Amino acid sequence: MTALLTALGAAAAFIAATSSNAASATSSTLVDGQIVEIYVFLLAAFTGFQIITKVPPLLHTPLMAATNAISAISLVASIVIAGAERPLFINIMGMVAVAAATINVVGGFVITDRMLKMFKKTEAPK
Amino acid sequence: MIDQQIGALFVQVAYIGASAAFILGLRGLTKPDTARRGMQLAAVGMLLAIIGTLLNHEIVTYQFIVIGLVVGSAIGLPMGLLVPMTAMPQRIAISHMFGALAVTLVGIAEFVHYRDVAGGPGVVKMVALGFETLFGALTITGSFMAFGKLQGFVTGRPVTFPGQKLINAAVFLGAVGLYATLVLTQSGGGTGDAGLIMFGVMTVLALIIGVTLVLPIGGADMPVVVSLLNSYAGLAASATGFAIGNNILIVAGALDGASGFILSILMSKAMNRSFANVLFGAFGGEKAAVSAKSAEGLTTRSITAEDAAMRIGYARNVIIVPGYGMAVAQAQHAVRELAELIEKRGGRVRFAIHPVAGRMPGHMNVLLAEANVPYDHLFDLEEINEEFHACDVALVLGANDVTNPAAKNDPGSPIYGMPILNVQDAEQVIVVKRGMATGFAGIENELFYLDKTSMLFGDAKSVLSQVVTEVKGL
Repeated sequence: MTALLTALGAAAAFIAATSSNAASATSSTLVDGQIVEIYVFLLAAFTGFQIITKVPPLLHTPLMAATNAISAISLVASIVIAGAERPLFINIMGMVAVAAATINVVGGFVITDRMLKMFKKTEAPK
Repeated sequence: MIDQQIGALFVQVAYIGASAAFILGLRGLTKPDTARRGMQLAAVGMLLAIIGTLLNHEIVTYQFIVIGLVVGSAIGLPMGLLVPMTAMPQRIAISHMFGALAVTLVGIAEFVHYRDVAGGPGVVKMVALGFETLFGALTITGSFMAFGKLQGFVTGRPVTFPGQKLINAAVFLGAVGLYATLVLTQSGGGTGDAGLIMFGVMTVLALIIGVTLVLPIGGADMPVVVSLLNSYAGLAASATGFAIGNNILIVAGALDGASGFILSILMSKAMNRSFANVLFGAFGGEKAAVSAKSAEGLTTRSITAEDAAMRIGYARNVIIVPGYGMAVAQAQHAVRELAELIEKRGGRVRFAIHPVAGRMPGHMNVLLAEANVPYDHLFDLEEINEEFHACDVALVLGANDVTNPAAKNDPGSPIYGMPILNVQDAEQVIVVKRGMATGFAGIENELFYLDKTSMLFGDAKSVLSQVVTEVKGL
């Protein structure tokens, strides 16, 4: 329940951040948007803390593989750099970053699933 | 213009959906039954975020993106499908390297980009950029070193040399000093080469820090190191979010950072040591000589597989304590066979898993699950520690330091205070071990010299297969 509430809070902050980013794009002060970013960070970290302390030691290895795959969201930033109008060498750096992050996205989710598939309960006696 | 706004809105909606999917996905991991579906949801979230990003109006050329995606998938997919479960710690370590590499490259590219932007990145973004690159770069080399130690091409022993701490401190201060200078001088936009050179030197110093950070840390401390690098990779990703004003990166990075941080603390606690002690302690070198004496004049009792089969075969209540030795010998399938056999004969078998057994958090659980041991047979330290009293046979399999009673009753021991599995409370103890070598902490285990303890020497896999055959013949 707490987890859901904090998730909602994070989502609310996210929307606020999005709108204020749009608003501040025209004005010269970016500070408003950045304050909201800090809110987003704190709420997400708090949510993460709440949820992850409840993950049993049984699943700590899959947890690590999973968070690793999720943090490969840096793929999103890499894609922009590889594809935006930038000097060629920057685009190429972006391409390498895309490849590195993709390894984690694809490999990470596949391997997490492979592990989780193996965890089975005792079969009920027939 | 309107189109662009709708496009931007769509991207943000995709990102919000992805954030929710990540959080709910991780929530699924709190129970084994819901874990798999949760992670599938998270994967869908990731796909959503990627599609959203591809529609970003800043993107003008797709060729580099496509090449990167194809190459990454071509490497990532076989890695995901083929890496054996025993190699999971290495694979996690190397994946931290890939993640950090992406983040660092983004940091460098953004720093270069902002030199062309009037007004520069501003203080907040420069702080984020520098942090991202600093932590990203040290995670690249740190993870690679951890990978090397786990894979075995870098020595698992702590590497130390005179003046090491002084040199490390100098490199660290140099990098932080450059970082501060960069924030002070480059936030308003930079011209000339000074900024680029400082940024480059800072990155190189951070790469060196990664190596010197992990080099002095021993193999048994790897669970902490891998968790810590996990946290760094997350924080660096979060900093990227601040640097480019992207909330999904902030959220995902914060989740990863929190997870790595919690795991590092749990691992340190399980070894009764502080972060600082793990990072700077270079455990297990000099202490070995001191405690080796305590073993003199004590004798162990060695038994054969046949004897062991007699005891295990007629036991009603067996607790198996697996350690890294089980993984090395690939003995998990033989263990499962033995466990099933005991159950068929009417006995009860449980597995007691110490938090730092193996080379990463939860390593033993994954190996046993792979060998088809149902997860309701696997118990944490707190869950099972009081149960050893009632158990007929405790079977210790390639575990050592986590069973050492010295942690409880010898204040002079280097592991004094570390929570251990109360194996010595069992009616009898059988220890499967290759030889009398000490564990990673380099200290003698007095458990092996107790009257109730029998040693079964040999490779865990072949010894257990013999025991299985003998039990079948009872």
